[in-house]
Amino acid sequence: MWKWLHPYANPEVTYHFTGKLIPWFKYLSLALLSVGLVWALAFAPADYQQGDSFRIFYIHVPAASLSMGIYFGMAIAAFSSLVWQLKLADASAAAMAPVGAVFTAIALFTGAAWGKPMWGTWWVWDARLTSELILLFLYLGVIALHNAFEDKNLAGKAAGILTLVGVINLPIIKYSVEWWNTLHQGSTVSKLGKPSMSLDMLWPFLFTFFGFAFLVAVIVCIRFRTEILARNSMRPWVKSLVLAESK
Amino acid sequence: MPEQNPLSYRAAFNLIIKRDLKIAFRHSDDIVNPLLFFIIVVTLFPLGIGPESTTLARIAPGIIWVAALLSTLLSLDRLFKSDHGDGSLEQMLLSPHPVFILVLAKIIAHWLVTGLPLIFIAPLLAVLLHLNENSYGALMLTLALGTPILSLLGAIGVALTVGIKKGGVLLSLLVLPLYIPVLIFATSAIDTAAMNLPYSGQLAIIAALFFGSLTLAPFAVSAALKVSTN
Amino acid sequence: MFEQLNTEIQAGDIVQVEGPNGAGKTSLLRILAGLSMPFEGKVLFKNQSITANREGFHQNLLYLGHLPGVKGEMTAQENLEFNLELHGLNKDDAEQTLEKVNLLGFEDALASHLSAGQHRRIALAKLWQSQAPIWILDEPFTAIDKLGVKKLEQLFVEHAAKGGCVILTTHQDLSLDPELVKKITLTYRFY
Repeated sequence: MWKWLHPYANPEVTYHFTGKLIPWFKYLSLALLSVGLVWALAFAPADYQQGDSFRIFYIHVPAASLSMGIYFGMAIAAFSSLVWQLKLADASAAAMAPVGAVFTAIALFTGAAWGKPMWGTWWVWDARLTSELILLFLYLGVIALHNAFEDKNLAGKAAGILTLVGVINLPIIKYSVEWWNTLHQGSTVSKLGKPSMSLDMLWPFLFTFFGFAFLVAVIVCIRFRTEILARNSMRPWVKSLVLAESK
Repeated sequence: MPEQNPLSYRAAFNLIIKRDLKIAFRHSDDIVNPLLFFIIVVTLFPLGIGPESTTLARIAPGIIWVAALLSTLLSLDRLFKSDHGDGSLEQMLLSPHPVFILVLAKIIAHWLVTGLPLIFIAPLLAVLLHLNENSYGALMLTLALGTPILSLLGAIGVALTVGIKKGGVLLSLLVLPLYIPVLIFATSAIDTAAMNLPYSGQLAIIAALFFGSLTLAPFAVSAALKVSTN
Repeated sequence: MFEQLNTEIQAGDIVQVEGPNGAGKTSLLRILAGLSMPFEGKVLFKNQSITANREGFHQNLLYLGHLPGVKGEMTAQENLEFNLELHGLNKDDAEQTLEKVNLLGFEDALASHLSAGQHRRIALAKLWQSQAPIWILDEPFTAIDKLGVKKLEQLFVEHAAKGGCVILTTHQDLSLDPELVKKITLTYRFY
């Protein structure tokens, strides 16, 4: 099983392969984001209730869904590292964690900035904002645990276990926060009328969403490559790579 | 050289519990100090908020539960730290028993000396906070079902940080977010009870969390201990 | 640390792992015991990876690391009894076993009142009871007097003669017949 994966379990092959992917992701992200953001911020219609402040949606929602997506990506990496002993999976989880944390923070800040005109206050204990905040804590825990170990191999394993515990807990936390929220606040203002997004809002949203997604891919690939180099710095192929670069 | 006299699971489990309880009782500061901490934290709130009984009654469930979380967190350290420090943890991991059993025994022993006393002392503190009379049953029940969850989830955090020199602060960062669901459902059960409404729903969810963590946490702890002693 | 180490250890072997500080002696023993994971490579016991059949392997193993695993809150005898029971051994002879490591009279003393050498002797005591064929001992002679070292060496020879094997590290020279002892030498290398 997993034979097809085998060449990619070799750090050198993966290093070069991801190196080839980066430019593709980079230009795709650049194109999608420049089209999407201009469309979203200048041309898409303003929301009939919220006016122009609604436009932060085009950053807030991609950031929020990517912050969750990256966590699941980390969980998958952690799982394959623990079960199939793929050492590279550890490196990829380590590469993803800070990116995910930053996107969670972006989602929180844009959420707060959106809350100000909508609710008249920077922070509401809205269910989604609260669970996003807790997601940030989970990310910070994983990063802190990763930094606490000297040996990066062990760090990866420990952080992986925590990520998996977190991913089991995440739905429970989300559910409990939502339940707590409805219990204490009655019904909060729902942030967007979900089903009734018109097409001229949906298209720019898709552009920005995938633009940000490819941006994440670029950053994760770059970080992943540095992680690979750092973990294999003793290996001959890294040495010859460095020698070739410095010429 | 045949050596076929392994302990049964139950005997191994009892062996560890007995040993941990013996050590705990000979080192009784470890039992008393988290309890004192629990009491002191709870008494700080009326001093900070004011003695008005309706306000206190309103926030009593939250105060008691948050104090319980924090005092559990303080006591978690003794779960694996000293065993890791003197090498007995290695010996346990190398014994011919499933680590799952040993870990479960240690966690239960930990709960017996730190979680159980909280349940007995909580009603006294509830009196100080003017907790609604209807809520006492809910308070006891949520603590009885909830504090084992705190020990189980906390054990994962301790197991992950036991090899790290200054793991204390890190431990709280790892563990406290995981405690949120217990906190939410427990306090809500107590609030509901105060209104004389049935709170069996919340209790059922806490019970589900309990059984979930009872079955899954020891696996995570075993895996984490193997990493920490590597 | 070390690369391309390939040995087979058989019943009846006494193996001394030697090398300068930092060469990885302790790491090697921990890997052999299954406490640490090797970065690459594997440890086989009866042609089976030790991680595949963990409990089965541990039934055949007795490992003593740098740390004696003695609890200060328990008496010498309680410590030994716990250690014996944990490994599925009979605890009834604990007192006689303590006598063998010269701890008679200390059996009811709390371990926190005993010295480091006495802790080590409590930990070593279970060797006399052990029925596990594989002994992995990291610096077993630390803080042990000459007479004690002699006794231990004698025990190792008996154990090997009965078909067990002993893998140990030590800074002292073993006074055993060199023919009895195999050596694995690790060298320290700078990268």
